[in-house]
This record gives sequence, C-alpha cells and structure tokens, in this order.
Amino acid sequence: MPVIDLMSGFVGELRRAGLPVSLTENLDAMEAVKVIPIEDREAFKYALGATLVKNSSHWRVFETIFEVYFSLRGSQYNIVDPSEEQADEFWRDDQDQAQLGQGEGRGAGGGGLEALTPEELANMLMRALMQGDQAMMRALARQSVARFAGMEPGRPVGGTYYLYRTLRNLDLDNMLAKLMEAGKAASQRETTNLEQRLAKDEYEMRIEQFKKEVEAEIRRRLVADRGAEAMAKTLRKPLPEDVEFMHASREEMQSLKKALFPLTRKLAARLARKRRHGRKGPLDFRNTVRHSLSYGGVPAEPKFKYPRPAKPELMVVADISGSVAAFARFTLMLVYAIQSQFSKVRSFVFIDGIDEVTKHFRATEDIQEAIHKVNTEADVVWVDGHSDYGHAFEVFWERYGKDINPKTTVLLLGDARNNYHASQSWVVKEMRKHARHVYWLNPEPRSYWNTGDSIVGEYGGHTDGVYECRNLRQLEGFVEKLV
Amino acid sequence: MTNAFASVAQVRDGLKTINYLADDGIAGVVYLAQRLGKPVLIEGPAGTGKTQLAKSVAELTGARLIRLQCYEGLDESKALYEWNYKKQLLRIQADKTSDSWSEVHDDIFSDEFLLTRPLLEAISAPDPVVLLIDEVDRVEVETEALLLEVLSEYQVSIPELGTITAKQIPMVFLTSNNTRELSEALKRRCLYLHVDYPDMEREKAIVLAKVPDISANLADQIARIVRSIRQLDLKKAPSVSETLDWARTLILLGVDHIDAEQAKETLHVLLKYQTDIAKAAKELSVDE
Repeated sequence: MPVIDLMSGFVGELRRAGLPVSLTENLDAMEAVKVIPIEDREAFKYALGATLVKNSSHWRVFETIFEVYFSLRGSQYNIVDPSEEQADEFWRDDQDQAQLGQGEGRGAGGGGLEALTPEELANMLMRALMQGDQAMMRALARQSVARFAGMEPGRPVGGTYYLYRTLRNLDLDNMLAKLMEAGKAASQRETTNLEQRLAKDEYEMRIEQFKKEVEAEIRRRLVADRGAEAMAKTLRKPLPEDVEFMHASREEMQSLKKALFPLTRKLAARLARKRRHGRKGPLDFRNTVRHSLSYGGVPAEPKFKYPRPAKPELMVVADISGSVAAFARFTLMLVYAIQSQFSKVRSFVFIDGIDEVTKHFRATEDIQEAIHKVNTEADVVWVDGHSDYGHAFEVFWERYGKDINPKTTVLLLGDARNNYHASQSWVVKEMRKHARHVYWLNPEPRSYWNTGDSIVGEYGGHTDGVYECRNLRQLEGFVEKLV
Repeated sequence: MTNAFASVAQVRDGLKTINYLADDGIAGVVYLAQRLGKPVLIEGPAGTGKTQLAKSVAELTGARLIRLQCYEGLDESKALYEWNYKKQLLRIQADKTSDSWSEVHDDIFSDEFLLTRPLLEAISAPDPVVLLIDEVDRVEVETEALLLEVLSEYQVSIPELGTITAKQIPMVFLTSNNTRELSEALKRRCLYLHVDYPDMEREKAIVLAKVPDISANLADQIARIVRSIRQLDLKKAPSVSETLDWARTLILLGVDHIDAEQAKETLHVLLKYQTDIAKAAKELSVDE
C-alpha cells in the first residue's frame, strides 16, 4: 500500500478518536515521513508523534492506532507464519545454550515451542522473566497466543476476550510470588527488605511487559485477519478527559487520576489569572484626590478600586454509594485541589445517612489519603446502605442547615436514584432560599435522567441548574464556571 | 548549518559524546527539527533535562545559544526589539542646524538605534545559533502571539524598518512545564516532544555519565530505588536532577551499597515534601 493512503487512513482514524489534527499538521507529518525511512519503525513512530500529537495525554491513543495501522507492513514481512519458525530458531538457540550451560537436557525431540507441555511452557516463561530475556519473552508471547487464545478467523470478538483467555492459561497472578521465591533461593545470602522490594518492582515490570507483548501479538493477528480499519474501530478508546466516571475500567481510572493532577494545576493557574486580570473596579475617590495633589489639585490621574471578587464558600454534598462513588471521589479531589479559590470548603458524604468529612481533608495534605479515610471512616449508613437522598437531605438540613448563608454555594452530587424513597425535595428548596446558589451535578447521561427511580427532575426544579458531568472535561467546565 | 546531522543515530551518538543521553524519541525529534527547519516544543515534568537538551544541541552543533527566559509580563521590548530612545534624542540634539526633517527621521530609525532582544538577535545572527525560549507557559496567552511570526516564518517585522528575515534558519527549542495549555496556534507551528522520566536503564546510564567515581553497582541500585519511588503516589516525583544530587550525596558519604537505613536518611535529597518523604520511607522499609 502506498504510504500516502496509509497515512490518510491513519490521520482519519486519529481524528475519529478525538485527536485534533489540523491540515498543516497533516502536511508536516507527510514532510517528516519523507526524511525518516519507514523501515526504522521507532523513529518513524516518533516522527509521526511529534508532528501529529501535541498533547502528552493523547500519546497512548496515538500509540494504539499506530500499532494497528503500521503493523500491517510488518505482517507482510515476518508476523504470521514465518514468525513461528523464527521463534523456533530463537528457542533452539536458547535451548542449545541452556543445554551447554546447565546440562539440563530437556531435548524435547526437535524442540519446537509447539511440542512443549503447558507446564514446560510456564517454566520457560518463568525463566525468561527471571532473566529479563526480551527475545525469549517475545517468542513465548507469540507461542502462548497461538496456543491458548483460540483465535478463529472472522470471529467478531474483541481483543480483550483473547487476552483474557491467554493470560488465564498462563496463570500470571501466581507468577510474581513464584519469581520472588526463586529469586530468594538463587541469592545465597539473606536478602534485605529493600532488596526484596526492588526485586518485586522489577518482576512486576517484566510481567507487565510480557502482558503487553501478548496484547500486541493478539492485535497483530487481529489486524491481519480483519484489516486495520475495522480493528481500529473496535479498539477505539475515549481520551482520558472523555472517559465516563461511571463506566471507567481500572486502567482508565488510573489514567484519569493521572490526568486530574495537571488539570487542577492548570485550572488553578487559569482561575488565579482570571481573578487578577478582571476589569477595573469603581473609582477610588480617596486615592484619586490623594494623587491629584501632585498635579496641583487637578485629578489628572483617576485611580480605581482594585476589584476583589468575593471567593465563594462551598458546601459539597456527595452521594458515595457504589454506582456514583468514582464520580464523587473525582469531584472531591478536584474541589480540594483548587480549594485556595474558595474562602471555605465543607464536604459531606451520604448514602442513606450523612456525615461531615471536612476534617479528614483538613488533617492531611494528601488528598488521596483523605479520600481513603472518607471511604473507610465516614458514617454514612443509616438503615441498609442503599441510597436514600430524602433522609440524607433531611438530616443535613437539621444538622447543618443553619450554616448555609448567602455566601454559600451548595453542590449536590449524585444520580438522584432514590430507590423509591420519599424525596424530601423541600430541603433543596429551602437551601436555595438561603444559599447563593445550589447546583446539582449528575454523572449520568442526560437521556437517563428521570427514568426508573431517578428523580433528578424533582430536585432539579429547586436548584439553579442541573449539570451533566460525565467526564473530566465537563467537570472542569463546570468548576471554572463556578468560580 | 555547517555540521548537519545525517541520521537519527548520528544525533543520538553525537549527544552521547557530550554526555546527553537521548532516547529514540528525543534524537528522532531533534533530527526531524533540523531537517524540516521547525521549532521543537518540549514538554514534561520539571528536571528531566528539557533545557539541557537545547544547550547540548548547541554544544554539539557548535552553535551559539541565545536564551529567552519567559516570565509573566514579558513584552515586545524585552523579547523582540526596542528603539534606543536616549540615543535617538542625542542624535536629534547633536546637530540641530544641518539636517532636514526627513533625513533625521530616516536616520534615527536605522539599525544603529535598534536594540536587539533575543528573538531578533537569533533571526539576524550571521553565525549558526540555537534559540532557547525557556518556560514559554509563563507568558500570557496574548504574548504568545509575539512568537508566532518568528516561529513560522523566521522573520520579524519592524514597522519603521521593514521585515528582517533570517539569514539562516536557527534551531529553536521551546520548553514548557505545562502549567497551562498553550495555544493551538503555537502548538501547530512546532514539533511536539514530551520528555518523561527516563526508564531505569537510561537513568542508570545518566547517573554513570554525570557522576564521577560512581560504581556501576551503586548506580544500578540508585536507579532501581528511584524507579520504585516514582511508582508511589507522590506530590512531586523525584526528577533526574534530584537523582543525580542523591547519587552525589551518597558518594560524599562514602556509601557503596545502599541499605534501607541509609536510603531513609538521605531521602530528603530526593523528595521535597514531608508527606512524600514519610510515605517513601514507609514504603521502602515495609515487610513483605
């Protein structure tokens, strides 16, 4: 396939995945491709990355798409069939060495990797991981996929299914413990805790690397089977800022967390700047007269009051029941990360009972730790641990309602799925009467609102606005508006 | 440029000879920047060698380094050029009698009265230069626009003089600590390079290259421990420069094999927040 077609397909896919690739950047990439030979895959990848991806959090998405589109080329050269033979050679070399070195003599007659029993394969994998033998790990990844994944051409199953099948057969979960033990046995003297800890990190990294090899192998085969475009479509993942809180996988949660920190920093910088560069305030009469003295009493230089927009006081009331816990966590993290923008932040969490958790955040600088404490120590269960907004709000009003004043902004977080309890929406109405603003943030897509036991409409009518906050981008937008 | 690079590998090897250990990504982008004549925008955590890269490239190519340190409130007269008003006044007063108005006018707006600032200097330099625009995220969004003409056309327009075009295309590096999102316009004109913490092997090589008299064994241990610490959830992960400081500290203390106690006692070189230090100390001595 000519490079230009491949490139336009590639850039199209990047755009579909949500990366903002402009026309000039596309042209730059074409220029770059001219001076970098496509045979040098790593350099080629970085060349495309440098011209097309201008945000480091998009790099992973780029990498995946790159693997899909530019492994095509690789597959013609060496992936599908010849690879098996290559692997054999790898293995034979290794085997010879092993025999020479240790005289272990497995001699599995002609010794292809196919001939091994699963136990032997596992042993070899362990040895490769132990020594960090890259070539061997790659060959084993290839072999395990061929053997365990059970891939059938044309079957419309996603890569994760095959990955799961392969890894389950390899029993990687126990591999770490086994490696640690073997490592301990290998070193003659007593190892210190520090050394063990470092060894563990090393092994974990290698296992992770092996998993990636397996994943890449599966992807290569799928691409060869179905073609790049179809594959890219199934692999399409949202960018970190578009990941939905309610449906994020563990891995996505990690990347969300990573994305949150720079985001809060940027947000804080932007807000501080906004505050500083606000328009000029009203005329400062005293100061103007004072300065007019140097002009002989002529007020030639008018002085203005420096605007000091009041920082809002914030009360966050968050539902932390299972379904929306992740959302509450992220909102609390975000709010506390930029708490300097508010004069005071108080936070409350509830499921069917409610508890104030401000003290946990005050006690430590570490937001993660505070969140952990909130999850473990807050007293939020009243009866059965199913969300009861009505009761929680009622108690909130009873205990803390008097603290709401005209400077306070109240944020209510949750999906308003009330399990058909009484709504007690009069509390929200009262809040609005006393507070400056009351906002409701709902992590569910708008189309789900007011379906089933969701009564967000009933509460929402009494607030100053209900906002859909499904991902970081929406959350960020709301917080900026709030300040 | 006199000594242009022929391949990515050459860039990498060249940088290595002056003790800058580049990975494939860094070398590739530098090579590309030179071939395409485009500026490079380098982003990444603090202390990963972003500024050093520009310095090293300058050293490698034998070019002069011109540095523009950005800060809030940076303006045209500090970044581009400024008229030397005092000298202009002197010129006007020096001979009031002879010249006609237009002559004086033409005269005081000539090169002689122009004070060049880093950007103009880089453009008008006759010898090869490397222009480093450091911490570009510190200037306001509006000021960013000042850079656009220089970065895309390699020229500066001065109303009184006309357009000054570069005699040779300088290599330009912009660094950013990512405290705010840079404008699309700026990003579009640059090649983007994200410099992250190095992997363990590279960090070890960096320690070996930069710290004299260190044993391979100690460097290996240092790199491993730092990698483990970076995996923790910290406020500020240790940077490469802090790793180097730590290595030097250990050398000074005459340590050649780190145990948990020593690691704990010297952690404050590596980490700068009390909570981080406590967390790392706990983590490193934990019983498995």
